[in-house]
Amino acid sequence: MTLPQSRPLTPEPVAATPAPRPTAVALLRHELAKPLLALAALLVLDFIFVPGFFTLQVRDGHLYGPLIDIVNRAAPLMLAALGMTLVIATRGIDISVGAVVALSGTMAAMLIGGTMVIHNGVPEYVAKTPMALALAAALGAAVLCGAWNGLLVAGLKLQPIVATLILMVAGRGLAQLLTDGQIVTVYYQPFFFLGSGYLLGIPFALWVVAAVLLVVALLLKKTALGLFIQAVGINPVAARLAGVRTAALIFFVYVFCSACAGLAGLMIASNIKSADANNAGLLLELDAILAVTLGGTSLAGGKFSLAGSMIGALIIQTLTYTIYSLGVPPEVNMVVKSIVVFAVCLSQSAGFKKMWKGRA
Amino acid sequence: MSSVLTQARGLSGAPYFTSVVTVILLAVLLAAGGAAYPGFLSLQVMLNLLIDNAFLLVIAVGMGIVILSGGIDLSVGSVLALTTMVAAWLLNTAHWPPALVIATVLVMGLAFGAAQGALIHFFQLQPFIVTLAGMFLARGLCYLISIESITIDNPLFVAVSQVQVPVLGGFLSVGALIALLLLGVTIWVSRRTAFGRAVYAIGGNEQSALMMGLPVGRTRILVYAFSGFCAALGGVLFAFYMLSGYGQHAQGTELDAIAAVVIGGTLLSGGYGYVAGALSGVLVLGTIQTLIAFDGTLSSWWTKIVIGALLFLFCVVQRLLSARVKT
Repeated sequence: MTLPQSRPLTPEPVAATPAPRPTAVALLRHELAKPLLALAALLVLDFIFVPGFFTLQVRDGHLYGPLIDIVNRAAPLMLAALGMTLVIATRGIDISVGAVVALSGTMAAMLIGGTMVIHNGVPEYVAKTPMALALAAALGAAVLCGAWNGLLVAGLKLQPIVATLILMVAGRGLAQLLTDGQIVTVYYQPFFFLGSGYLLGIPFALWVVAAVLLVVALLLKKTALGLFIQAVGINPVAARLAGVRTAALIFFVYVFCSACAGLAGLMIASNIKSADANNAGLLLELDAILAVTLGGTSLAGGKFSLAGSMIGALIIQTLTYTIYSLGVPPEVNMVVKSIVVFAVCLSQSAGFKKMWKGRA
Repeated sequence: MSSVLTQARGLSGAPYFTSVVTVILLAVLLAAGGAAYPGFLSLQVMLNLLIDNAFLLVIAVGMGIVILSGGIDLSVGSVLALTTMVAAWLLNTAHWPPALVIATVLVMGLAFGAAQGALIHFFQLQPFIVTLAGMFLARGLCYLISIESITIDNPLFVAVSQVQVPVLGGFLSVGALIALLLLGVTIWVSRRTAFGRAVYAIGGNEQSALMMGLPVGRTRILVYAFSGFCAALGGVLFAFYMLSGYGQHAQGTELDAIAAVVIGGTLLSGGYGYVAGALSGVLVLGTIQTLIAFDGTLSSWWTKIVIGALLFLFCVVQRLLSARVKT
């Protein structure tokens, strides 16, 4: 077994850490430098070609503008990427994210349903099930999905890609079964707040992402959890021998990943005011993996960056926005994404670095 | 009592055990279908299973070889779609002769696979991520040609799609015959040639294969090239079958192919299983679909749920088996 010995067994800095003397070179060497530069390049491109890209307006006390739009639309992807980061950090992968998104969105939409009734001349919205209960049920379903994945990976020791493939195939089938393949429309105003509401002028979805990010970052930094996850990613056997409860930890990251996906599903359903079991979250797992890779997290496990994944999600959404606003056919998006993946993978590969240095 | 148990253990430890389970499962499914629906067990229904799933069989054969070598290829469905698209475009817009078109797309699939294999081998990238990007690339290229579906009205393609080859009183399509031929050749290659043995060796343990002096790099690139070729051939058969090129053709086929290979008894960790398992796996999937179609009241999503359940079952059985082999 080959062990990457150069990797330090200390938690990587989650956010930007102050270097002793931040010279330009040191800043460029920072792990977030490359994704940030990519994002900046995209933004500059938008600044040149999209008129009024950086305008921010306050309308009805809400912030509006292309930038806000990008960040708001990236929110579900950011959540999915957050969960995926931890899974990938333990050398795993979860390709059932899209199916969980469909399942949780469908559950919530079906339970809430909702109608508008005129009560004493005042329109009132009535939900089938109390919203809190419906949201809890949808998230509960997502957590159950995660527990299933975790059980297969940590308990039965199946390969992660195969274990989650099962739910990827069956999960969407279940969601379609629930809705009979139809799109479930929601008529219940309070539910829309999650996906399109504003709090203090900022989209509510962003508050949710920020809260989840903050909780996870604190948990990883202030407890030994981050260290344990990294240890499992670098060498699962050594981590277990050192006394880390690897099975429980791996189980936990899959549950967390699915919970994030479930929350993202609620957000998407709330934003489009309906749940589409056939298409909701389709290929979201691939975007999430892409976001995580772009952020500098190694697919070989052990090295991860939450902030990087968030930047990765923003890069993907900005790329989509740029492609649309430049008038390029949106289909090109897939080609560009694939080239980006190839480029990022090559830049992470040791063999490629050697070749590059050999030539230079 | 204990001797029976030992015998049962001996049987379940045999290398062909999971493959036997699949064949039994297939027989049970067919018997259940025959008992429930009159006319289900007719010869033509069986042959239709092959006709309708010829492209899936071809892809599953390629996927089987990749999985035996310890890798995975997620790009096959997209390469299939790209093949139908390029073929339709070359026939309709560029007016190339059909034989040249078929040869071109096959070489294209081969090159696409070989490029992925080269990336995986030379840069030690994970097969999963490389072929995932390949999947995006091939689908995106489809849409660059056209967003719409292109109808193929080339006389040769139309003629081939309508040929019925009489077999044992029923008939098969040309596509099904090509698929069976490919299966036969691949079985022979996997069991009787140095390349086949190298594939098994790499899947079993890459380090050992390297130390034994086997050409690991060449074999691995060839494996992915073969899978790309199979995907392109599947695309040609799909074009015969559907007579159109479309970027949305065969969404999710890679998952069906992986499921077929796993259900066919091949271990996903590589090095263990039979190429012939692809046939039994594809037939099991096809039978489930036919059963659901015969029932009429069950919606098509039941197919997904049942396939998911079967995948789970086979993964668990494989896991328990390999756990016991080790101890």
